[in-house]
Amino acid sequence: MQSTGHCLDTVPKLLVRNAGAIGSRPAMRHKDLGIWQTWTWAQMLEEVRAFSIGLAELGLKRGDKFAIVGGNRPRLYWAMCAGQALGAVPVPVYSDAVADEMAYVLAHAEVTAAVVEDQEQVDKLIAASDRLPQLGQVVYDEQRGLKDYDHSRLIAFEDVQSIGRKKLANDPDCLRRWEAGVAEGNGGDLSIILYTSGTTGRSKGVMLTHENTIVSARNANAYDHVGQDEDVLAYLPLAWVGDYLFSYVQSYVAGYCVNCPETLDTVVADRREIGTTFALAPPRVYENTLTQTMVRMADAGPLKRKVFDFFIRVARRWGEKILNREKVPLGARLLYGVGNLLVYGPLKNQFGLSRIRIAYVGGEAIGPEIFSFWRGVGVNLKQLYGQTEASVYVTVQPDGEIYADTVGKPSPGVEIKISDAGEVLYRSPGVFIGYYKDPEKTAEVLTPDRWVHTGDAGFFDPKTGHLKIIDRAKDVGRLNDGTVFAPRYLENKLKFYPNIREAVAVGADRDFVCAMINIDPAAVGSWAERNNVVYGSYQELAANPLVYDMIAQHVDEVNRSLAEEEIMAGAQIRRFLILHKELDADDGELTRTQKLRRGYIVDRYSPLVDAFHNGSTTAQIATEVTFDDGHKSVIAARLVIREMRPYPARAAKMERAA
Amino acid sequence: MRAPSSSEAALGEVLLAVEDVSLSFGGVRALTGVSFDIRKGEVRAIIGPNGAGKTSMLNVVNGFYQPQSGRITFKGEVRTSMRPYAAAHGGIARTFQNLALFRGMTTLDNILAGRALKMHRGFFWQLLRHGPALKEEVEHRRRVEEIIDFLEIAAIRKIQVGRLPYGLQKRVELGRALAMEPDLLLLDEPMAGMNLEEKEDMSRFIIDVNQQYGTTIALIEHDMGVVMDLSDRVVVLDYGRKIADGTPDEVKRDKDVIRAYLGEPQ
Repeated sequence: MQSTGHCLDTVPKLLVRNAGAIGSRPAMRHKDLGIWQTWTWAQMLEEVRAFSIGLAELGLKRGDKFAIVGGNRPRLYWAMCAGQALGAVPVPVYSDAVADEMAYVLAHAEVTAAVVEDQEQVDKLIAASDRLPQLGQVVYDEQRGLKDYDHSRLIAFEDVQSIGRKKLANDPDCLRRWEAGVAEGNGGDLSIILYTSGTTGRSKGVMLTHENTIVSARNANAYDHVGQDEDVLAYLPLAWVGDYLFSYVQSYVAGYCVNCPETLDTVVADRREIGTTFALAPPRVYENTLTQTMVRMADAGPLKRKVFDFFIRVARRWGEKILNREKVPLGARLLYGVGNLLVYGPLKNQFGLSRIRIAYVGGEAIGPEIFSFWRGVGVNLKQLYGQTEASVYVTVQPDGEIYADTVGKPSPGVEIKISDAGEVLYRSPGVFIGYYKDPEKTAEVLTPDRWVHTGDAGFFDPKTGHLKIIDRAKDVGRLNDGTVFAPRYLENKLKFYPNIREAVAVGADRDFVCAMINIDPAAVGSWAERNNVVYGSYQELAANPLVYDMIAQHVDEVNRSLAEEEIMAGAQIRRFLILHKELDADDGELTRTQKLRRGYIVDRYSPLVDAFHNGSTTAQIATEVTFDDGHKSVIAARLVIREMRPYPARAAKMERAA
Repeated sequence: MRAPSSSEAALGEVLLAVEDVSLSFGGVRALTGVSFDIRKGEVRAIIGPNGAGKTSMLNVVNGFYQPQSGRITFKGEVRTSMRPYAAAHGGIARTFQNLALFRGMTTLDNILAGRALKMHRGFFWQLLRHGPALKEEVEHRRRVEEIIDFLEIAAIRKIQVGRLPYGLQKRVELGRALAMEPDLLLLDEPMAGMNLEEKEDMSRFIIDVNQQYGTTIALIEHDMGVVMDLSDRVVVLDYGRKIADGTPDEVKRDKDVIRAYLGEPQ
């Protein structure tokens, strides 16, 4: 479905259009009580309208901000559209945020109402209510446990809808007024505020207009030939711009169906039932899936394991070439076909990837090995480089031009330039209008002629014309001897190993590079079971000398591969340790989108960093941890530091020899 | 945020009354002249040190043991002893201290098994799986799905119960008991062997069952914190005798209870 003119410049207008043009096609599905429930576009319009009019009756009006807190449920997406139809601005919040974080965002956004999923979120709002004096009505989706709450400011979603339906039935003019309200909106209106979970400091509210997101969505849909027939699974946080585009705006523009899983734990099974065709996910999702596969294969019988290993080697060698439609010998093609029958097909089916047409990976750099693995087995994984400030799209990899180490070419409508300092800047119709109530930060990032500073260091690869991102510009540093140190690059290499969940490389302005490592409890746990290693807790497992030996081997392999790269050879990992606790967003060590908050981690674990560089072989650390229910406690540990022997720089040596 | 339900519940009508029940195995006296009642809508805890006769008491209530003397009144009907089948039919469901699930069956099938007594069509119709029998099965499945949703176990719907961790198995067992839509739910140490997080989850489910379905609950539990938080009234057994009966606060202050738990002051 192509754009049909300038009048379709807001999401609610698109809803009205879809309900008319493709009213009987599915717009949303939700698995509830074990069965997929479907709403057509016409039904969805009815639901959204009833809720919208109900909200208006409760006092929501043009320009008001209202919070959306919860998981991927149809009703929360409807709430966004219902509010936008009135000219109000939804502010989705990460539902796993602790009460304090949530209170900051909601207070900053000055929300006057909230639509939330369940009791858990209602409790958080109540806990923060003294900091939110302007907050009025709170609408909840799930009744459970809320029966005995004070309902003076609390109301069920269906009750709001029935207020709306009653109004529609009793007031003949109501429908016309609502439609006039929708028509009154225009593309330049503020449509949403998305709080970025910044890797430094407090989050900032990115303001996007309808036009920003709709033009970006149109361009992206046209670029990838996305139409009504796609199936998208909505399972990433509502507050993430990627979800806002993929599960919301792009669906309204193209008319495709968005599927909401039963619960977050059933995503894999639900995806398998739906067979998604189009997806965007952060690298973590593909990493975890690969880890799960490897763990399960390690538990399989010897024959199965041999077959798997053999065909994965075949896939690594030929799979990508076949996917890229390059010339491949007939024998290899046949072998790959057998592999598809025995291994790749079932593997993809297991994770619901059988029908996938385009699987974008974005949000962070993906390890090249993980990327190649999935492409090798035939999943059309493509990298996307995006930002909230750009309404997602900055660059994407065109079909047939996929390189594991680039992020592709500028998306349609996007201009890119590299500053003298090596920073990537872009300009596009999707560029945001500013940070909410933060002109200073806006001025830092957005130039007067609407170029955006990404904060990422990168360059255009002369061979391919693709953009390459090295690291966050501020994270790229140098060792004392002048060697370039790009921490994320090292960390991604480490994280390729299923046993390593997370890694933090430290080295800027130091003599050498050290790494703090988080083991993956599932992968290492399964290894422990197979090797009769007994442990009582994560901490105990992490401190096990055998686990250290295993991780040391991985680090050694990373060092060897670094030694082969000219610029990175000097940045080999000299010392490492395994952390006694998992890095966690509740402790502020990761962002809500699970990115490392490097500066904070280095501060928090400064005794370890000092121990790295003063030659100690052990280090004492006590850290405060926050549990799910918000209470805190301190865990202390004495951690062992392992010394690694660096490899001589091979590339450099060869040069000298030549 | 819990409603102050204890006082109201205490005024509710008596659902089950145990009067002067004694039970012995050969020469061992398990229960001696125990009397107490369970009122509609309350959470009633039975506590006591090891070997106090708690599980025996529960087994008497649901008819697994036949007491030598005493009377049991359930829903106004007086009998000297219960039969397990009659108890189940009358609306008493229970979970066990050591799990009693069908380990080779899925979560779904285990909970569906709890609906066995509610199936009205005969074997033949069910074999045909057609018409009214099919309609009935669809309805049962819907109820089971509601329970799965309620207990947040959708992710393990189709997994064999034997492969699940202990905490989840306990939850499935609770699900099966709920599938019977009981008037009285007996829980034998629902939190034994659980970690703190699992205990908190289970407590929340018990409260929700009580509030949302209005199910009367009698539970045996060792964890005193849990008992005091959850229950409206507590009966304390020691060496087969009742030594105290009242609200958690009353029981906590009772001298006999303190002595039973902490021993005689020197």
